[in-house]
Amino acid sequence: MALLRFAVFRFLTMLATLVVVSVLVFLIITLPPGDYLSNQINELRATGQSAGIAKAEFLRAEYSLDQPLWKQYLIWAGFMPGPHGFAGLLQGEFGWSFEFDKPVADLVGGALWMTVLVNLAAVLFIYAVALPLGILAAAKSKTWVDYTSAFVGYLGLATPNFLLALILFYYGNRYLNLPIGGLMDPQYEGQPMSFDKMKSVLIHLIIPTFVIGTSGAAAMMQRLRANLLDELGKPYVETARAKGMSEPRMLTKYPLRVAFNPFVADIGTLLPSLVSGSVLVSVVLGLQTIGPLLLSALKSQDLFLSAFVLMFVALLTLIGTLISDLLLALLDPRIRFGGRER
Amino acid sequence: MTMQPDGRYVDQAPYDPEAAAEARSAELDMSNARLLWLRFKQHKLGLVSAIFLLLSYLSLPFAGFIAPYAPNERLEDYIYAPPQGMHFFHEGKFIGPHVYPTTAEMDLESFSWKYVPDTSSPAMLEFFCEGSDYKLAGLIPSNTHLFCAPEGATMFLFGADRLGRDVFSRILYGAQLSLTVGLVGITVSFVIGIVLGSIAGYFGGFLDWIINRVIEVLRSLPELPLWLALSAAVPSHWGPVSVFFIISIILGILDWPGLARAVRSKFLSLREEEFVKAAEMMGAKPSRVIKKHLLPNFLSHLIASATLSIPAMILGETALSFLGLGLRAPAVSWGVMLNDAQNLASIEIYPWTAIPMLPIVIVVLAFNFFGDGLRDAMDPNRS
Repeated sequence: MALLRFAVFRFLTMLATLVVVSVLVFLIITLPPGDYLSNQINELRATGQSAGIAKAEFLRAEYSLDQPLWKQYLIWAGFMPGPHGFAGLLQGEFGWSFEFDKPVADLVGGALWMTVLVNLAAVLFIYAVALPLGILAAAKSKTWVDYTSAFVGYLGLATPNFLLALILFYYGNRYLNLPIGGLMDPQYEGQPMSFDKMKSVLIHLIIPTFVIGTSGAAAMMQRLRANLLDELGKPYVETARAKGMSEPRMLTKYPLRVAFNPFVADIGTLLPSLVSGSVLVSVVLGLQTIGPLLLSALKSQDLFLSAFVLMFVALLTLIGTLISDLLLALLDPRIRFGGRER
Repeated sequence: MTMQPDGRYVDQAPYDPEAAAEARSAELDMSNARLLWLRFKQHKLGLVSAIFLLLSYLSLPFAGFIAPYAPNERLEDYIYAPPQGMHFFHEGKFIGPHVYPTTAEMDLESFSWKYVPDTSSPAMLEFFCEGSDYKLAGLIPSNTHLFCAPEGATMFLFGADRLGRDVFSRILYGAQLSLTVGLVGITVSFVIGIVLGSIAGYFGGFLDWIINRVIEVLRSLPELPLWLALSAAVPSHWGPVSVFFIISIILGILDWPGLARAVRSKFLSLREEEFVKAAEMMGAKPSRVIKKHLLPNFLSHLIASATLSIPAMILGETALSFLGLGLRAPAVSWGVMLNDAQNLASIEIYPWTAIPMLPIVIVVLAFNFFGDGLRDAMDPNRS
């Protein structure tokens, strides 16, 4: 029951955060002077093409970009009826991309799932790598295993993601015959999901996952190692050892459980950086996620497209954080019953 | 030492009160800074990193002196020239540092320029020679360089890029922006973080609630898309200097929540201490209590954690410039340089255009080790 209350409470906080985020996003995007349509109208005027102006003016009125900013926001978010009744984010209406001349929903469609897929793969990769390596590094602390993993970890933290991506792509293609660019072979694009398509996507995912996950895995590994080392110095570990418990069994049965807490909680702080990384890496590697869309939309001041992508990215991290918080509450009763603050 | 009949041991030497006092106080009398230094010294990697960073930052004003070429000097005949070695021995004899002049030849198979060194005629490097004009530390005009290319030859230690500019010189000039971006950014983040964090922690209540929510929202958002959005808002007609400051401020604006949280939690625990109560009862104003009694308690710790977030900013600048949303062309930074190495083709054919990643990796690593060392040295719970 307490868990359910906690879940509801966290969910409501998330919704409130989302509203604040939407205001923030809208503000940031409308910050630069001018917008796509007025730029276009000016350009058309300058070149003397009057035909396009009417269309641009129509779009301006249609998406109420001629209204004051606060009204624009309310209409975009769906809190206030637009020119044609309710049609905003809340109603599932994402607006129009002026640059591509298409509804935003059509444009981002498949890219959304690919974004979720790439980030999910990265999270799984981080757990799969950081868990065994972190335990190993702590159990064998101050040996070459520890030092090597620390060195690799530091290197992973220090190398810019995008360069790692390029270099790995080059060598992966050369020596392992891994495909370059994209998330699937071209012939599967637009095709329904099939076994072959899955296989193609999985093979294409190897390098992006590795690149996006490395720095996160390094950070998590170090944290797990530090936590485990703290636990290993405690008297109960000594007791277990004195009783003749085998080392691996002792390790997994007691200290690991305690050290595991931050491991789950960390996903909350890790996800934002992960999503950041995936945006950057997608741009460099030409993955069909929302990263490249965001970049081009931001550069051309395509209001609705960039706002939607930013909102989606924020939503993704917020949901991830929510899940990690709930998992943590399941795992650790102290959080469920204890103070919610601090 | 002799054993007494009752089993105790007693030293025969006469008691010397001064020696005892000395032995006790060797560490106790040291100043805090000295203790810190003694502990920091033990972290060898941190020490080496600190020295390296110090040297790097000290050399920034002298970039023009060390670099053989100006950052935007174009040698049209040497587009994509590969790195040249600096040689000391010519045909087995030591003749001092020299290079071999290269001539460009068209390779008709791959349709690219090949630079063939002429190993028969070594050209001696010149030292403290006159070259292109630059300003020392941005103030003193000069044209003396540490070393320059000999007449009729080039000195591309790290090769040349697509416009025939020397990569080595550009790395030195790029360091001026890339290394300071982190410092400016961390200053912004530090000021905001400490002010808001201490307000939240000291006064509590409604202010605390508001600041906490802001921190939560900012921390739950992915940084890069926000950086992108904010830097896309920078007008394109601004000069490089203002773009540089805006970019570093943007990096700082999104970084402060972590710091503010640390400050706040420290304040929450410290404000219950007796010395704070005493100060308050004596009528000290909140600003005085915060500045004189609370902040000094953990400022050193904050500095250590700030050191650890500088590398993130350096990487952030690199990423932004790399994507074309940060610093732009006439400005030289490591990210701008890497913009040239954006595609696979250039990494495959001209791998030296990716060399700027080496200083990035090294500097980021150094900051990490340095920060770790500082943190370890300041940790009061250290055994």
